[in-house]
Amino acid sequence: MTWITKPKLHHPKLPANALGFTRRDYEGSVSTLCAGCGHDSISAAIIQACFEIDLPPHRLAKLSGIGCSSKTPTYFLGQSHGFNSVHGRMPSVLTGANLANRDLVYMGISGDGDSASIGLGQFAHCIRRGVNMVYIVENNGVYGLTKGQFSATADKGSKSKKGAGNPDSPMDLVSLALIAGASFVGRSFSGDKKQLVELIKAAIAHKGAAFLDVLSPCVAFNNHVGSTKSFDYVREHNEAVNALEFIEGKEEIILDHDPGTTVNVTQHDGSVLRLKKLAEDHDPTDRASVMNFIQRHNARGEIVTGLLYVEADSEDLQDRLGVTKRPLNSLSDADLCPGSTALEKINAGLR
Amino acid sequence: MGAGTEALEQRPVPDKGNRSAGHSGNGAGMPPTDIGNPQYFHKVVDCQWACPAHTPVPEYIRLIAAGRYTDAYMVNWKSNVFPGILGRTCDRPCEPACRRGRVEKEPVAICRLKRVAADNKEDIGDLLPPRPAKKNGKRVALIGAGPASLTVVRDLAPLGYELVLFDADRRGGGMIRSQIPRFRLPEEVIDEEIDYILDRGFIETRFGTRIDSMKQLLSEKFDAVFVGSGAPRGRDLDIPGRKEAAKNIHIGIDWLSNVSFEHIDKIGKRVIVLGGGNTAMDCCRTSRRLGGEDVKVIVRSGFEEMKASPWEKEDAMHEGIPIHNFLVPKEFTHKNGKLTGVIFEKVVAKKDEKGRRQLLPSGEPDQHFECDDVLVAVGQENSFPWIERDCGIEFDKWNMPKVNEVTFQSTNPKIFFGGDAAFGPKNIIWAVAHGHDAAVSIDKFCSGEDVSKRPPPLTNLMSQKMGIHEWSYDNDISNAIRHKVPLRDQKIALKDIRAEVELGFDQSLGYAETQRCLNCDVQTVFTTSLCIECDACVDICPVDCITFTPNAAEPDLRLMLNAPADNLTQDLYVSSPLKTARVLVKDEDVCLHCGLCAERCPTGAWDMQKFLLEISHATEARCSRA
Repeated sequence: MTWITKPKLHHPKLPANALGFTRRDYEGSVSTLCAGCGHDSISAAIIQACFEIDLPPHRLAKLSGIGCSSKTPTYFLGQSHGFNSVHGRMPSVLTGANLANRDLVYMGISGDGDSASIGLGQFAHCIRRGVNMVYIVENNGVYGLTKGQFSATADKGSKSKKGAGNPDSPMDLVSLALIAGASFVGRSFSGDKKQLVELIKAAIAHKGAAFLDVLSPCVAFNNHVGSTKSFDYVREHNEAVNALEFIEGKEEIILDHDPGTTVNVTQHDGSVLRLKKLAEDHDPTDRASVMNFIQRHNARGEIVTGLLYVEADSEDLQDRLGVTKRPLNSLSDADLCPGSTALEKINAGLR
Repeated sequence: MGAGTEALEQRPVPDKGNRSAGHSGNGAGMPPTDIGNPQYFHKVVDCQWACPAHTPVPEYIRLIAAGRYTDAYMVNWKSNVFPGILGRTCDRPCEPACRRGRVEKEPVAICRLKRVAADNKEDIGDLLPPRPAKKNGKRVALIGAGPASLTVVRDLAPLGYELVLFDADRRGGGMIRSQIPRFRLPEEVIDEEIDYILDRGFIETRFGTRIDSMKQLLSEKFDAVFVGSGAPRGRDLDIPGRKEAAKNIHIGIDWLSNVSFEHIDKIGKRVIVLGGGNTAMDCCRTSRRLGGEDVKVIVRSGFEEMKASPWEKEDAMHEGIPIHNFLVPKEFTHKNGKLTGVIFEKVVAKKDEKGRRQLLPSGEPDQHFECDDVLVAVGQENSFPWIERDCGIEFDKWNMPKVNEVTFQSTNPKIFFGGDAAFGPKNIIWAVAHGHDAAVSIDKFCSGEDVSKRPPPLTNLMSQKMGIHEWSYDNDISNAIRHKVPLRDQKIALKDIRAEVELGFDQSLGYAETQRCLNCDVQTVFTTSLCIECDACVDICPVDCITFTPNAAEPDLRLMLNAPADNLTQDLYVSSPLKTARVLVKDEDVCLHCGLCAERCPTGAWDMQKFLLEISHATEARCSRA
C-alpha cells in the first residue's frame, strides 16, 4: 500500500467526458491491497468504463461482500453509493436495493471465496432471478486475506505457493451462471484492460443479470510456477473468443465491411455490441452451444475469454414481478394508499 | 494445469494481454534506453539541464526544505559561484524549463529559493576550498573583473596559480556592479561574494587599470591570459537630432554605470527609455528613483517580442511605467539645443513570403512624445580596440575573436575568452559557465595537457529506498501554486535607489515553495527482468506516463502511449523486451517523480534512484587526477 495520497496533478491533456469529468474524477481512495494486485487493474478498468460511458458517479451503487475483492469498491468511484455487506450476502442486499430503487446502476463486486464458497447459493439465485446488475467476480483461486489457501475456483492439480497440489475439482462460475440463466456472461483477465473495459461497458448497458468472471492474479499467494491463475499462465492459455466493441445507442452505427466475421447484438437500451469473431465455432447467442464450447475448451486447459453469451431480448427481475416502474422513494402517500375505493376493488377481485 | 510452464520462463509469450495494437514487437523498434549515459538522466532534470552552469537544483531545494541553508548555499556556490547575486538577478533559464510548469500553471520559483539559501546561511568560511600552501609557478592575467573572470579566479586560485586581475573600474564585479541597480542587488551582497573569491590564494587585483594594449600585457610574460571584458559598448541611435540634443540623450549601460558609481543622481521629470531588453527595464526603474515622474518605455517591436524577461517587464509596469509598442524612433526633437521629445513611426508586424517577421509602416500619422531625457537601451556590443590584430588572435567578419566553443581558447593558444567577450552579450549565469570551462582549459594548457580532452562530470545514481514504502526524499508534493515574493512598500522603494524592492521569501514561505519541487533528479529506474507486467504502475501513475506496448519506431511509439507524448524535447524511456515481447515505455515529459509506480510495484522492478551530476571544474578535475 501507499502512504501518500495520489497527487492531484494530472496529465495536461487528460480528456474530459460529456459530463466534464476526467477519468481521475472517477477514482476512489488509494488502494490498500498488495502492490501489483490484479484487483487494482479491475478497479482501473471500472473507472475507465464508467468514464467512457459518461456515467454520473452518483448513479452507481457498488455492493460487495467480504474478501480482498470486496474491499475494492473503496478504490473506485468515490462519489457513488456503496454497501459492504456480510460474507457471501452481497447478492441479497443488491437484490433488495434494486427492488427499492430501479433507477441506479448496480454493480456487485465479489471474489471467488465470496461467491463460489460461502455465497454460492446467493450467487446462483441472484443470477437465476435476473436481477438487473453487473456481477463481477475477481477470481484469483486463493483466499488472499487468509494467506493463500485454495479457493473453490482453484483448478485441480494447481500448485499452492508451498508446492501442494489441489485435489478438488474447480467450480466454474461462468458455467454456473449460464446454467442459472444469466443473460450476459463474460470472462476476462485483469491484465487485459482493453477487453475488460469493453465488457464492463456492455454489461452496464445490459438489462438483466450480467456476470463477469475476471481472472485476477494474486501476486502475494498465487503468481508462481504451477499456479493456473498466475499472470504468465493466464497469458499463455488465454483464448479470446471475440473482440468486443461497445457502441452506445446514441452513436451512429457504421455498417460492417465483412459481415461474415462480425456479429452485432443490439441491446435493450439501443446500445450495440459489435463482436469480431476470433473463434470459428463460437456463437454468443446460443446458450447450449456456448456451454458446450466452454466445456470443450476447459478440457483442453484453455481459458476462454471475451463476451461468451448474450441474450439481446433479456428481461430482468422487475419485469418478471411486474412491480412499479418508479423507485420506491419517489412514491407519494397517494400512490401508496390509493383509498378505500381501490381497496374495495382489490378485495372484490379476491372474492 | 497446463503443460509447458517451465518453457514459459524462457520464451516470450504472444501478446494476448494487450491486443490493442497491431504493431509487431520486432524490427525497427526503439532500442532500450541507455541509462548508463549520464546525459539521459541529466536531461530529465530539466532545471539542471537548462542551467548553463548545471546547478543541481532539486538537490539544493531539498536542503532548503530541510533548513540546511548553508549546505544549500554551498551546492550553489560550487556550481554558480554567485548564489546571492544570482538569487536576485539570474535570467533563470531553469524556470521556463521546470517540469512543474508543464503539469501546473507556473514553475517552481527556483531563483528566489536560491536567495533563501543565501539570506539564511551561516558563516561559510570553513567550507570554502583551502588556500593553496604554495604557488604552482604559473601566472595568469585576467582582463575585466566581471563574473567570467571571477569564476576563473575561483576555480584556479586553490591550485596555486598566481592570478592578476585587471579592471578599469575601481572595484570588482564588472556589469554586476556597474549595470544592475542597487534596488535589485544590494552592494553588500556583491562585496561578500566577490570577497569569497579574492581571498582564496595568490590573487593580485589591479583595479582602476584599463588595459589598452594586449601586446603590452603579453610582454609581461603571463603563462595564460583570460579575456573577460564583457560587451561594454552600448549601441547608439543615429537618427536626426541625436547630435543637437546630445546633452539629454544617454546610452543606457553607461548611464546605469554612472548612477551606480554615483556620478549621476538625477534625471528629468519626463523620461523615455528606448529599447525592450532588461537594460531598458533597469533604466526606466532607475529613472523613477532619480526624479523621473512620467517614465515610459517605447519599443519597436511588439510587447510579446521584447527581450526583457517577463518578470522584469512586470516589475517595471508595477512601478507605474507604461510600455508602448510598435513604435520606431524617427527623430529627436529639440529647441534651443535642448531635447523636447521623440517622433515615432507607427508600425505593424507582418510576415513576408519566407515567413520572416517584418515591421512595416502602418500608414498612421507619426506620433510625438514629449520628454526631458532619453535613455537609449537598444543593445550592447563587443569592442576590442585594445587587441592589436597582429598578436595571434584571429577575428571573424563581425570583428569578434575566433573562440573555440568548448575550450574557450582563441587562435593564440595562451589567450582564452569567456563571458560576453567570447560570443556576445548573454548574462551572468552564462558567464559563470564560460568561466568554469575556460578555467579547465587554462589549467590544462598550463600543465601541458590537451585542452580538447574535457573532464567527465561526476555522477552518482543511488536508490532512495528506506523501507517498503519509505523514501529518503519527500515524495508528497504540495498542490500549492507559485508563491509571490513580498515587495517593499512602493512609496519607500521609489524614494531610495538603494532600498531593495524584493524582500525575498522568509523561511516559511521558502519552505512552502520548496514543496512544489517535483524532485526530478529522483529517477524512475526500471529493471526489465523483475517486471511481471501486472499493470500496477500503469494504473497508479497520476499522469499516465507509463505504457506497456509492442515496440515501434519513435514517431509511431509516441502515438501508441496511454497519453499523447507530443513534447518531442522530452525523451521516451524504453525497456528491453519483456516476457510478452512488449516493452515498457515511459514518457519523461510530465512525470511527477512521486514514486507511486515504485510503491505499487510488487517486484521492485521500479526503483527511485537519485541522480546527482556535478560538472568537473578545474579544481575538482585537478584533484581527481592527482
